Amino acid sequence: MLTATAALVAVAAGSASATTPGTSAGTAAGGTAAAPSGEAITISVTTNAISGGKNSAEADFFQNYVIPEFQKAEAAKGKNVTLQYQPNGVDDENYKTKQALDLKSGAGADLIGIDGIWYGEFADAGYIKPLDDIVGADTVKAWSGWAQIQPAVQALTSYNGKLYGIPAGTDGRVIYFNKDIFAKAGLPADWQPKSWDEILAAAKTIKEKVSDVIPLQWNAGSSMGEATTMQGVLPLLAGAGGQVFADGKWLGASQALKDVLGFYATVYGSDKLGDPILQQEAQGRDQSFEQFSKGQIAMLAEGDYFWRSVIEPKAGDFPMANRDTVVGWAKIPAMKPGSGIKGQDFVSMSGGGGYVINPNSKHAQEAWDLMTFLAEPDTIKALLNGAARITARDDVNSEVLSKDPFLSFVAKDVLPITAYRPAFAIYPQVSVALQEATDDILTGKSVDDAAKAYQDKVVQLAGADKVATSG
Amino acid sequence: MKHDDGDVAGLGRPRAVAFALPALAIIGVFLFLPALWTLWLGLTNYRLTGTAAAHPKVVWFDNYRTALTDHEFRGALWRTTLFVIGSALIGQSLFGFSLAWVLQRVRKPIRSVVEFFVLLAWIVPSSVSSFLWFALYDRRNGTLNALLGTKGTAWLIQYPMWSIVVFNTWVGTAFSMLLYRSALGSVPPSQLESARLAGAGPGAQLRDVIFPHIRSHILTNTLLITLWTFNVFTPYLLTGPANRKAEIMAGYIYRTSLRVGELGQGAAISLIMIVINLIIALVYLRVLRERTP
Repeated sequence: MLTATAALVAVAAGSASATTPGTSAGTAAGGTAAAPSGEAITISVTTNAISGGKNSAEADFFQNYVIPEFQKAEAAKGKNVTLQYQPNGVDDENYKTKQALDLKSGAGADLIGIDGIWYGEFADAGYIKPLDDIVGADTVKAWSGWAQIQPAVQALTSYNGKLYGIPAGTDGRVIYFNKDIFAKAGLPADWQPKSWDEILAAAKTIKEKVSDVIPLQWNAGSSMGEATTMQGVLPLLAGAGGQVFADGKWLGASQALKDVLGFYATVYGSDKLGDPILQQEAQGRDQSFEQFSKGQIAMLAEGDYFWRSVIEPKAGDFPMANRDTVVGWAKIPAMKPGSGIKGQDFVSMSGGGGYVINPNSKHAQEAWDLMTFLAEPDTIKALLNGAARITARDDVNSEVLSKDPFLSFVAKDVLPITAYRPAFAIYPQVSVALQEATDDILTGKSVDDAAKAYQDKVVQLAGADKVATSG
Repeated sequence: MKHDDGDVAGLGRPRAVAFALPALAIIGVFLFLPALWTLWLGLTNYRLTGTAAAHPKVVWFDNYRTALTDHEFRGALWRTTLFVIGSALIGQSLFGFSLAWVLQRVRKPIRSVVEFFVLLAWIVPSSVSSFLWFALYDRRNGTLNALLGTKGTAWLIQYPMWSIVVFNTWVGTAFSMLLYRSALGSVPPSQLESARLAGAGPGAQLRDVIFPHIRSHILTNTLLITLWTFNVFTPYLLTGPANRKAEIMAGYIYRTSLRVGELGQGAAISLIMIVINLIIALVYLRVLRERTP
């Protein structure tokens, strides 16, 4: 289990040298013979990042560091490889559609960055293949990095017990709050709610005492896609003691789900603590980022991505120069103390993504070289560029996380209580049904109607015998 | 020539076939085969991802049953109907005719300028025009809110159908205007003159002189813009995938097929849409045939 706290358990750091990418090329068992020395090869890699736009720092990192350094590393092995980076800057659902269509039609980049929850449906469709099949089991096993990646993190890029890629990192979810607004409302700077009621009470206090501020924005609506499920519904569900998949069945219209939708109804309906229209806007998530960064939103539930990529003082998408002094964070409480899954008082959700080699690639061996190159400590540290982030590797984590009080908080206090999404191919569809249930609440439908509509959809998706129906 | 065999050009059957073949081949490859393919897909549970992408199963008419009983489908169909009535039948037709009618009577420079701008709206690529309207409707820095002093109104979310109806009227008015301009040009001035001499006001002139002359133009125009508007995708660029209150058929199909990934279901809905298109076309053609002397 991940309770081993990926980050802080001291694993023999330092024992992993930065360079031993697999076997020497040439004898790949998967039938993809490496190109002979000197022959000019071009491979490509794609992620959802674009310079000057979404995840700008990541795109620049590929352009400025990965391309020259990887080409150099390959040249040292006697290979003449040219690497191209294919940028994207769209919402994750559109990126997924594009990758699925590319893979389906036999096109696409050689190495593709994808979200952990897509591995299942892509694998079932035959779009991606286990690493063992592509580059050979021996080559895969020989990579030194595996020892540094926890099983729970490896599971992010696995499906049905088979590895499809190397994970890039994991994350956790918290409630961010603006300490300036909290001070104006007379709330403490070290705020930590112990129940949903305490979140709502803080929001009500802010609404009364501070004008022109949205007290609480809790991700909802299908416009935000998976962010709604991951940051919004699932942490609440875990806090109400529910799971989206448990004991072989998918969540139905259970009391836990109704509690979750009831929370949304309080925030966006009766008490007007959050802005329901923002949640429905086409660019609603970016809008919530921008407004939080400008001090117009008091509380926002988000992943650690928000801290290190969005409001990061220098390179963030919506930089907050005073982030380190103004932004506070709190664990997400269960509905009531002890009401969370496994009797927990606090909950979180974790996900993460990784890379996958395109089975249509003519240069699978070089793509594997690149995938391992991206997962080497030197590369990861170059990407972090002095900043911190929960990476997939224990050795790197123990080195970098202590630099950032927030991320060491996530590693120490959040990851031990976190939960993961089920690795089933239909999860993304169930997730959409959950998002649509929150849409219903945003547009004023009753909790019971929204829960019933959700259950009907899931029964249609999974079959009545695979859903824990109720009501 | 013993009898009229319709071969006016004197090509002979083989050569006529040879001439028609390339066009038929193109129609076959790009229209007929995809239609058959869609028909087939609609009978399967084919998906963009997951097991059903690799091994689709034939589910016969399940997709059609799902569509016809689904409130999302019926909602999209109903909104599309409102959209067609609002933006095509009322908006584009009425504005197009009014513009054509008024422009007949103004001086040429003014007419040219107005026509230029109306046409521009029609010619601008839809991605550009939807971006412009996105900025116009924007909740925070939108032009419309600045003009009307309605700070903070999210037009696309609070008035979703009105927003896309107005948008599509703006886009498509040019076509109706052009068609009616040439139609009005075909009305013999002598008849209008006699009507005026007989003391007919503008209303009576419209009813008794102009409409009888341009009736078939009205029908043609209505048929074309109804079909276009019924199938139009552009509002999706404006509203995005999540704005269900403004979701019309083309957007619904796109979301079902590519965003949700249910290609089989999407194909079935597409086919239902084609059938509706055919019905509309047949009704109009019938009316047209009856009315034309």
